[in-house]
Amino acid sequence: MKNPKVEFCGYSVPHPSENHINIRIQMYDNLSALQALITALNDLDTLCETIEGAYDASLRSDGIERWDEKS
Amino acid sequence: MQSDIYNPRRHVGVHAEYISDVSNRDFPGHYPDEDNSWNLDLFRKKLHVKVNELSQRSIQFDLVGVDASIANAFRRILIAEVPTIAIEHVYVWNNTSVIQDEVLAHRIGLVPLNVDPSYFEFKPDAQDQATDRNTLVFKLDVTCTRKPKTAIVRGTKKAEPEPEEIYNHSIVTSGDLTWEPQGEQSEVFASKPPRPTNENIVLAKLRPGQEISMELHAIKGVGKEHAKWSPVATATYRLLPLVVLNPEKPVPPQYAEKFRKCFSPGVIDIDPVTKAVSVNEKNLRNESMNREVFRHKEFEGCVELKRVRDFFIFNVESEGTYAPEKLLPESIKVLRQKIATIRSAAERLLAEIEGEPAVQGDVEMADA
Repeated sequence: MKNPKVEFCGYSVPHPSENHINIRIQMYDNLSALQALITALNDLDTLCETIEGAYDASLRSDGIERWDEKS
Repeated sequence: MQSDIYNPRRHVGVHAEYISDVSNRDFPGHYPDEDNSWNLDLFRKKLHVKVNELSQRSIQFDLVGVDASIANAFRRILIAEVPTIAIEHVYVWNNTSVIQDEVLAHRIGLVPLNVDPSYFEFKPDAQDQATDRNTLVFKLDVTCTRKPKTAIVRGTKKAEPEPEEIYNHSIVTSGDLTWEPQGEQSEVFASKPPRPTNENIVLAKLRPGQEISMELHAIKGVGKEHAKWSPVATATYRLLPLVVLNPEKPVPPQYAEKFRKCFSPGVIDIDPVTKAVSVNEKNLRNESMNREVFRHKEFEGCVELKRVRDFFIFNVESEGTYAPEKLLPESIKVLRQKIATIRSAAERLLAEIEGEPAVQGDVEMADA
């Protein structure tokens, strides 16, 4: 969605009992849809990495209210 | 507070009878002169993760700057795809209690275990080979007997005796599960023997003469397969609520107290002298959005209720297998594994396609 060269991008689940999804990626200017998919997966990977880094940094910092929870 | 939560582009309008501006319009092409394409540095600047509360069992943190699909993905992975260990196979030698075998087996399966799943492999289903790398063996051997008359200490003379007073082992709890180390497990788990996280879960009730004797095998699984393998009690998020006062139509001072009562306690401050109403930024997240303001005609137009579309307040309660602060990193790890799988498959497909010079770097449509 964030890729300006993508004309159409969508997915559907043909039947809920089967574990398949159909993804459709359509590009402008006759570009490679498969390459766009790989770029998107890489971007998603770096996104996860960034979130994990920010989360770990926040855990190490102060300002967390720690309390005792009886289970 | 967070950079610019008052930017109207980030708001979901909450009105008396409907919700407006739900979807995210942050993509290239929607705003004509702006480039909203994926930019890692911009994302890193806008991203803000802050842990607010942490206890032994639950964690509350803010995740700001991500799209709803990403936050929802983490929530779903936390519930369904982070692996845990739970009892799956129950071999009953003897069960003379009133609880049926299958009911007892179901209850035992739901008991959360205190084992780190990273030590174990998944056991391929329908395969008979149970090794010490993929199975944990527990035993449950309980017999109920009558206490000898001399050992009974009665509370009040007239009342009916409590079952615990006159019988041994009349209640079978999760604390009665004993671990049998197999193979290498005795060294690996020497410092932290596997036990149920909570010893007081009632599994069955017995009377004298009744006996339960069974062997339990625990394996690694995910919540998708059965809820007993879910590492969280609940994993939820909500969007940050916003109360925006209209500066052109302030709340009349005689209604200030009534206005304050329309919201959750602590959200609205009233200046003691001028009776001017203002919003307390720190308590804003406690607002429950019950839209009581919209019921009263005198406040019409004075206030707008909104939610911030990309500010997620996560509340995750752990069952005990993972410490709560480790849950989000585990779910991120699962997501990254899935991305890696798909990416290697896509790259392999690309290599196959590029091997044939006839096709111009694009995938051929399959004939349906």
